[in-house]
Amino acid sequence: MKSLRSMLRGNIRQYAMIIAFIVVAIIFEFLTKGILLQPLNISNLIQQNAYVMILATGMLLCILTMGNIDLSVGSVVGFVGAISAILILKMDVPVWIALIISLLVGFVIGIWHGWWIAYIGVPAFIVTLAGLLIFRGLTMTALGGLSLAPLPDSYTFLAAGFIPDFVQFQLFGKAFNLLAFLAGTVATILFIINEISKRRNRRKYNFEVPVFWIFALKIVLISLVIMSFTYALSVYRGIPMVLVIVVALVLIYSFVTNKTIPGRHIYAFGGNPKAARLSGIKTKKVLFWVYVNMGVLAALAGIVFTGRLNSATPKGGYGFELDAIAACFIGGASTTGGVGTVIGAIVGGLLMGVLNNGMAIMGVPIDLQQTIKGLVLLIAVGFDVVSKAKSKV
Amino acid sequence: MEKYILEMHNITKTFPGVKALDNVNLQVKPKHIHALVGENGAGKSTLMNILSGVYPYGTYEGDIIVEGEVCIFKYINDSKAKGIAIIHQELALIPSLSIAENVFLGNEQSDGGLIINWNKTRSRTIEMLKKVGLDENTDTLVKDLGLGKQQLVEIVKALAKDVKILILDEPTAALNDDDSDHLLDLLVELKEHGITSILISHKLHEVTKIADEITILRDGATVDTMVKGVDVISEERIIKAMVGREITDRFPKRKHKVGEVCFEVENWNVFSPLDNTKQIIRDVNFNVRRGEVVGIAGLMGAGRTELAMSLFGKAYGIKISGTIRKDGKELVLHDVSDAIKNGIAYATEDRKTSGLILIDDIKRNITLSSLSSIKKKIVIDDNLEIKVGEDYRAKLNIKSSSVLQKTGNLSGGNQQKVMFSKWIFADPDILFLDEPTRGIDVGAKYEIYTIINDLAEKGKSIVMISSEMPELLGICDRIYIMNRGMIVGEFMVNEASQEKIMQCIMQSNKEVVK
Repeated sequence: MKSLRSMLRGNIRQYAMIIAFIVVAIIFEFLTKGILLQPLNISNLIQQNAYVMILATGMLLCILTMGNIDLSVGSVVGFVGAISAILILKMDVPVWIALIISLLVGFVIGIWHGWWIAYIGVPAFIVTLAGLLIFRGLTMTALGGLSLAPLPDSYTFLAAGFIPDFVQFQLFGKAFNLLAFLAGTVATILFIINEISKRRNRRKYNFEVPVFWIFALKIVLISLVIMSFTYALSVYRGIPMVLVIVVALVLIYSFVTNKTIPGRHIYAFGGNPKAARLSGIKTKKVLFWVYVNMGVLAALAGIVFTGRLNSATPKGGYGFELDAIAACFIGGASTTGGVGTVIGAIVGGLLMGVLNNGMAIMGVPIDLQQTIKGLVLLIAVGFDVVSKAKSKV
Repeated sequence: MEKYILEMHNITKTFPGVKALDNVNLQVKPKHIHALVGENGAGKSTLMNILSGVYPYGTYEGDIIVEGEVCIFKYINDSKAKGIAIIHQELALIPSLSIAENVFLGNEQSDGGLIINWNKTRSRTIEMLKKVGLDENTDTLVKDLGLGKQQLVEIVKALAKDVKILILDEPTAALNDDDSDHLLDLLVELKEHGITSILISHKLHEVTKIADEITILRDGATVDTMVKGVDVISEERIIKAMVGREITDRFPKRKHKVGEVCFEVENWNVFSPLDNTKQIIRDVNFNVRRGEVVGIAGLMGAGRTELAMSLFGKAYGIKISGTIRKDGKELVLHDVSDAIKNGIAYATEDRKTSGLILIDDIKRNITLSSLSSIKKKIVIDDNLEIKVGEDYRAKLNIKSSSVLQKTGNLSGGNQQKVMFSKWIFADPDILFLDEPTRGIDVGAKYEIYTIINDLAEKGKSIVMISSEMPELLGICDRIYIMNRGMIVGEFMVNEASQEKIMQCIMQSNKEVVK
């Protein structure tokens, strides 16, 4: 019995985030009287919160390097939104060119930050705090204090569009998106195959694996979540375009951080910069590219957010940096660097999303929403700190 | 008066899965220096952590009796109140504060209120600095002091709290011989003033020199206690008790197969990155042959680490000039990764702060410098990485639960083996080893020497920096002597002796004075 408890504890820590997410989702499902998990709202939830997840992905890499953060991303989101709207609406630049220019602007901003941080040696906190002020100011100047709207459909498609189905299909007399359903099924199967092969591999090297029933339970639960999510998308309008972007980012960044040499270098740098340098890792280069990457992702988030809102506003992106940072820490990243995962940051972002969305449906006043989000951040990280301290003794 | 000032009775401490201490007994007489020796992992630190209240009452079994009174230490402050002070290997000083501020940190001198009385603080500090023979201004910042002096400040800090029992954990590990001698003399002097010391040390000659009693721990149990004047105390006997077997030869034998010169450094000059007028390395010339183990002897601050690091892709220093030649070809190394690519490796003296990623596991640390050799296209091959890790874990006998164990949880000797594995896996031709046996026990030292011998026999060239002269004399082929950033002497090992090396250093000091 004792072994079962200690085993459960070990496993619970590993999945604490996912469990917390499910619990919060269930609570809000009740509080909103079933609106939260309705197909329409699930699509909404994804589209509304895609920006947090995109930003959290980039922010995680910053946090991995010694717990550095990027405070400028909210302002960059606003600035890039403004640039793209001005290009399209005032200068009649074709949408696709405007999108490329917007991403390039993010890239240049990233180079600017990265240069100051990595090569001049100004602390990231200061550089990005300056960035927060600089780009907010530039956004206001560029827009002259006014909003620009509406944007063309081809622009908003990225944020608010759905991928069209390949056939017209009906289930029980209702429209049913076959593409979404097939994609979800394939994803579930791939997930199961991946988990089984991972377990087999660990077995092969005689590493500890969770008992079979816990393993099976985990697979069944996560498969169920993916499939019900898939069903919800299918009976509504199919796969939101922005979901494709987010999933692609998660896959790419998980792959890069876990499986490639640059990813390993980021973790090693965060774990011990001195040792990393003496191991032949070009630490300045790592730091520089992490911030360049953040700039590009902030620009992408800017495009998605502006498209979703269908307008570029002077206050666009205000406070987003805090959502992204909170998502990373809720997702298990360490404030001293070297610890954290992309998946964790995304789940953290989703949790923030459910909170935002659930409270909005319930009609919680916006001011109180902030307070609740703050408390959730504090409790999540506090729980993590306490459980880590316990596992040491 | 009590017979013992401190007794620890049948102390048993269990960590999940391991019994760290098993019925350990320790009896310390007042005004004595009591040495506690044992291999790494024998339980010395655990025992001292119990004594100082780091592991509170209730997490262990057994009794602590101070001056005849059973004590219950729930917090570190409880043991402090009883006059027990522990000085750890990693000093607990605040570098940016002055000596006086550090001495009275947490014990500030006031006239009863919240306002610090600086005159009182300073005058009491001056008084105590005299006692330990430290001639420094009380307002000097601790970061401007050398390691030896910092150690003394730490002792003064304990004295300021009316300490009765002073525990010193490896106090001389990072000190040069002069500073070590001074510290040991001080302990003897404090003894006269009624202060009892418990000394944890791997340096057995120190232990035999000043200890009145010696308690030896092995695998969490007391195996022997020796009393000066009663027992015949010799280093051999201590070692035998520590490792449970007789080590007849502290240095393993090697077939010497020295080849042609393969690494040469000419007119190497380096300046300090903190002060670009201060020259750290002056016109250094040296060479290493294939299959040769070359030692660099010298005192702390002689510039040995700086020399090695500046050669290792300019990892230290500015305004670096001079030439490096490998196999006759000149090398220009811009950074560490250049150096590694050209077959040069440097294993740092400070494995915790600049050698290992302590939050990462064994295998990831081993492969960190050679990730491109375990990749398939752009992906790191996890299975190959595990294989490499297991391979080195077995070859170098790294004691751990698996290659997935975090390096932060390993003992010093095993951490050192992980660092060695990392550099051996990087397959260098020239390997700089900076204090490779610092702070590790006799058994692990022997294993490290064996690894060095194996590497030399395989035709690798080793440059070994060490402050322990017997060790250099025991395993090197040739020894250079460094002082004040210069090479001041060179001996073949059969012509060298500790006296000659020291003479060489003293001679060069005199020349500077002239």
